[in-house]
Amino acid sequence: MKGDASPEFLTTIGLEVHAQLSTRTKIFCGCEVRFGSPPNTLVCPVCLGLPGVLPVLNREVFLLGLRAVLAFGGAPSKLIKFDRKNYYYPDLPKGYQISQYDAPLGRGGFVEIETSGGPKRIRLNRIHLEEDAGKLIHDAAADSSLVDLNRAGVPLIEMVSEPDLESPDDAHAYLSTLKSVLKTIGVSLCDMEKGHLRCDANVSVRRAGDAVLGKKVEVKNMNSFKAVKAALQYEIGRQTEALGKGEGLYQETRLWDEAKGMTFLMRSKEEAHDYRYFPEPDLVPFFVTQEQIEAERRRIPELPRQKAARFASAYGLSAYDANLLTQDEEPAEFFETCAKIYPDYKGLANWMTGPVSAYLNEKAVSLSQTRLCPETLVGLLQLVKEGSLSLQAAREKVFPEVVGDGRDPKEVMEKKGLLQVSDEAALDEWVAEAIRSNSKVVNDFKSGKETAAMFLVGQVMRKSGGKANPGKVQELVRKRLLETAGPA
Amino acid sequence: MSHIDLRYTSHLARLGFKPEELKVFGPQVDKILHFVEQLNKVDVEGVEPTSHPLPLANVFREDKIAPSIEMEEFLQHCPSRHGSFFKVPKIIEEKS
Repeated sequence: MKGDASPEFLTTIGLEVHAQLSTRTKIFCGCEVRFGSPPNTLVCPVCLGLPGVLPVLNREVFLLGLRAVLAFGGAPSKLIKFDRKNYYYPDLPKGYQISQYDAPLGRGGFVEIETSGGPKRIRLNRIHLEEDAGKLIHDAAADSSLVDLNRAGVPLIEMVSEPDLESPDDAHAYLSTLKSVLKTIGVSLCDMEKGHLRCDANVSVRRAGDAVLGKKVEVKNMNSFKAVKAALQYEIGRQTEALGKGEGLYQETRLWDEAKGMTFLMRSKEEAHDYRYFPEPDLVPFFVTQEQIEAERRRIPELPRQKAARFASAYGLSAYDANLLTQDEEPAEFFETCAKIYPDYKGLANWMTGPVSAYLNEKAVSLSQTRLCPETLVGLLQLVKEGSLSLQAAREKVFPEVVGDGRDPKEVMEKKGLLQVSDEAALDEWVAEAIRSNSKVVNDFKSGKETAAMFLVGQVMRKSGGKANPGKVQELVRKRLLETAGPA
Repeated sequence: MSHIDLRYTSHLARLGFKPEELKVFGPQVDKILHFVEQLNKVDVEGVEPTSHPLPLANVFREDKIAPSIEMEEFLQHCPSRHGSFFKVPKIIEEKS
């Protein structure tokens, strides 16, 4: 029961995304934010929730959040205040989370995503600030859970979308776009492995004719974009099947089980959502100034979508390539540097989205962590273009050393004896010999068997030890055959 | 709202009241509620809601690292620990 809903049914998805803000310190105290530190070493009376302490908002949290609101085209609220969200859980030392309820940092705005049916706007309901909770470790001891509060008080923005997403693919595109914008504007590093970006989904399925949305099911515990997509696919299948059988659906919270590939009902007591929000008396209200808005606007660089549009028009790239190249800043910048010294933009884009991107994915590194620089990549491309190096040898034999060890492509080529023979005089000798010693094949060609020429090309390639430029050889074999024999 | 279900509310606040205490406190809490409810009669048309009792706004701290505290200082007061961790009864997200 995997897969998208059939057209008989309509799917509605909304996502709540938490992104960790790129600050040095926590949201309400001066404890450092540093992933992987020994447990309970980055805590103080404020983030431990000890009595008598006073949280004070980190200015950078406020400004980064404001930048995100502006980048997505939202409006900062006139009055911004914090509220307490009350619930008991051992990762929450105060017994409440400082969050924002009715006066969030900003409202509105949208995320424009690329779908198979063209671009689509996903509206944002709100963006608010809140503190993260600590971390629970369940497996270390049999009958107990362990608590590390280093993460308690780490600053987050929560971005709540309107239910404008209609498929798991939409959800995936939305998350990728969100991530690439947040990284570009310097609001979050969006390092998935460090949990910088977390997502819960609300999903409902209804019959095509129904005016009201179906029962909203909240899905939690998805740890990657892939998991979000898989969980949504499963959940849509489950709901569609239930509707098809005439079974009822319930508003409930379900947990994604990655190993089983299924969602399970979370057994939660009824009061789980009775958070009894009330204003946080320890924090005063905040008002955004025009100066702050202008300053943060200036810190928003060209956004990925704008960049993609510019790449498509300035370099004549397909929308697909332009999008791929502009998802992250680093490859985009790399491409532009190369483009200044290598005018075959399409060829360059093919290398960036092909071998370069494959290498980065395989090694799970970013460009700056490799030894590749624009000059060496362009050097490699030029060797291929001038015919000194075959494309295959460039990809398989030279590129790995250039990207991995920072070698000069020409040196690698020469050291490995990969220089292609493109020189016509040298090739001609081999071609003449092949024609002389294969008279039967030449006759075949004469009698109209075009493929016979390819046999001769193969002979020349073998003779050259694979070093002959195959394109040139083909050209030459055909030319000589036509000259000496002429087709029948 | 004219009545507070004290059994439910005290559970949310993790307050362990005995049945005889619930019997005493229940009506008392309702009385407090009724007293405060008088405010509902006040005409607040056109009055800005108070967001904070103090006439202060925009109080920030700079994003500068301040020292954290020594682990022993707080873990020694903790009823149960495991190395550098707080130890609590097993918590799992239950699945049915």
